[in-house]
Amino acid sequence: MSASDTPARIAQRQKTRNRWLLSSPALLIVFVAAIGPLFVMLAYSFMAKGDYGGVKPWEFSTDGWFGVFFSRDIFDDTLTIADANVTIFLRSLRLSLLTTLITLAIGFPTAFFIATRPARMRDVWVFLITIPFWTNILIRTFAMQEVIRNEGIINTVLVATGITSEPVQILYTDWAILFGMTYVYLPLMVLPLYASMEKLDFRLVEAGYDLYANRIQVLRRIIIPIVKPGMIAGSILVFIPSLGAYVTPRVLGGGKNMMLGNLIELQFGAGRNWPLGAAISITLMVLVMVALLVYVRYAGRSGGQHHG
Amino acid sequence: MTDLPSTQELAIDVSGVSKVFGGEPGGFRALDNISVGIRNNEFFTLLGPSGCGKTTLLRLIAGFEYPTSGKILLHGEDIGLLPPYKRPVNTVFQSYALFPHLTVAQNIAFGLEMLGRPAAEVRDTVDRMLALVKMEPMRDRLTNQISGGQQQRVALARALAPSPKVLLLDEPLSALDYKLRKEMQIELKRLQNETGITFIFVTHDQEEALTMSDRIAVMSAGLIRQVGTPSEIYDRPADRFVADFIGETNFLSAEIDSVLEDHAILRLPGGGLEKAFLPKGAKTSGKVTAAIRPEHADLVPEGADGGLRGTLSNIIYSGSSTHYHVRLHDGPDFVVRTQNSPDNKLEFSVGQAVGVRVHDRCVQALED
Repeated sequence: MSASDTPARIAQRQKTRNRWLLSSPALLIVFVAAIGPLFVMLAYSFMAKGDYGGVKPWEFSTDGWFGVFFSRDIFDDTLTIADANVTIFLRSLRLSLLTTLITLAIGFPTAFFIATRPARMRDVWVFLITIPFWTNILIRTFAMQEVIRNEGIINTVLVATGITSEPVQILYTDWAILFGMTYVYLPLMVLPLYASMEKLDFRLVEAGYDLYANRIQVLRRIIIPIVKPGMIAGSILVFIPSLGAYVTPRVLGGGKNMMLGNLIELQFGAGRNWPLGAAISITLMVLVMVALLVYVRYAGRSGGQHHG
Repeated sequence: MTDLPSTQELAIDVSGVSKVFGGEPGGFRALDNISVGIRNNEFFTLLGPSGCGKTTLLRLIAGFEYPTSGKILLHGEDIGLLPPYKRPVNTVFQSYALFPHLTVAQNIAFGLEMLGRPAAEVRDTVDRMLALVKMEPMRDRLTNQISGGQQQRVALARALAPSPKVLLLDEPLSALDYKLRKEMQIELKRLQNETGITFIFVTHDQEEALTMSDRIAVMSAGLIRQVGTPSEIYDRPADRFVADFIGETNFLSAEIDSVLEDHAILRLPGGGLEKAFLPKGAKTSGKVTAAIRPEHADLVPEGADGGLRGTLSNIIYSGSSTHYHVRLHDGPDFVVRTQNSPDNKLEFSVGQAVGVRVHDRCVQALED
């Protein structure tokens, strides 16, 4: 027995081993189901595409990554920027940002309303917020289609009341996607916002009023800085799935208004270009990570300069 | 009750204010037609048990609640319906309510910034306030990185920084331990003297109220029972509630024998006669309650000249004084407190028959 093997150290080592043992199922799932596939995707993105889908293993190729940024003219072989991809990237980015902003704008007062109800009513309101989760997203999206299509409720009312003479084309536009994503992701914004507002000490609001801050100043200088973690969490929860949204743009945006999720699906399906699909997927992931880092960095700095 | 000065001298003039929660009828009447004047530059305390309405009155003056009826004047101007951010009045909250996302200095600067004061003035005032409450070394700490006593000082500095006309303090010392509370009581008096600001202090601690206040309003059940200086409140309680709530008091049922000016001769249990102070407007015949403080009576051997007789049932020694519990022959227990000194010799023992001699001019006649 060496000098370092005191009973305390042995006990400590045993404790550490037990902890690893207890967390091993979770670690296994993370490795096998999350990180593993990422490596498969990364590997696929550097392989040559198979003739009928799939990839040619062991055949190195950068065509997939090349295809993300450039397109080769099929007639004269000239290289151009892949503007179709860029358009879809930008549209995804724009729609996701807008969705995040709109859900924040709607979710903030909603969460504030719930947080200021009496304790028993709050649970009822939170319960009501979770009701949409009971229904499959596909069904909810088709329901949304019924609402906004040319013969749907909105247009029927618009035409019947004479506000417009013809139905307004909403379905199969970016507006429809925005509408649908806002609807689908709103609870994901409200819940974390509510969680942070519920903890807000409303005596601080009184203290703000007492120190000559009006309603808007209390909101800007006291409430928002304190509930910022909830705003960041909600924004992340909405922005990430928005960027990779598949069902909503597919059903409400039609074939023309693709987002990244649809573009990736296309490469793995009809496009039969798995390396390109894999490369776009990884690009999307990097995009999300960069966006998050920038956002968290920016939000953290403006909120807490005193952390140094 | 002392005479109210003319309105010009009053910092706060509360007249006929009622506050009903939950809507009339059937709502909870927290304040019932309250009128009280608080003088400029005085340390005024609202004292009462919990639920007496003292905090409600403070919140009405701060503007967190609006009166159901009545008027609140600040230096003659009606502020009863102004929102809190339009009143030149600041509050020190019971929970301190310091902003957790701001540093000590930023907390103190908050009110001044909201008033739109120039940056240089804000900086100077913050420095001055930090010095006033001796918190300069902590200026860049977050408020959760300082102790409870320090948070208390920051809360005070934050409320004093905008130089309010009136400072409201809602049981600010209740969260502190005994020693710190004693220190802060002296500190608060010092701050009030140095700043010359009118302080309205809410507490349920009678000792705190007696120590610090220029004047006290004793409240219960939404009413003001008495307003006066600490010694007026203690020595000349207006009614049985005040006498009972402030300090210890022996209550004896008595009968008015005769009345001369502001005094009455009371017939106490056992037949003894005592001269008693009769509050203004009190009745002049029939049954009353005689209130006698334990320190205003002496224990005497049986047979000596003393109005009350009984058996010594208990002796409680508590350091600076000793409490003697006497079971009166014709009434309830009577407590006598005597100051101790090292060469006190114990003259009495439990079970002994004793007499109680009440000091001259120390009996208060109260209506039941």
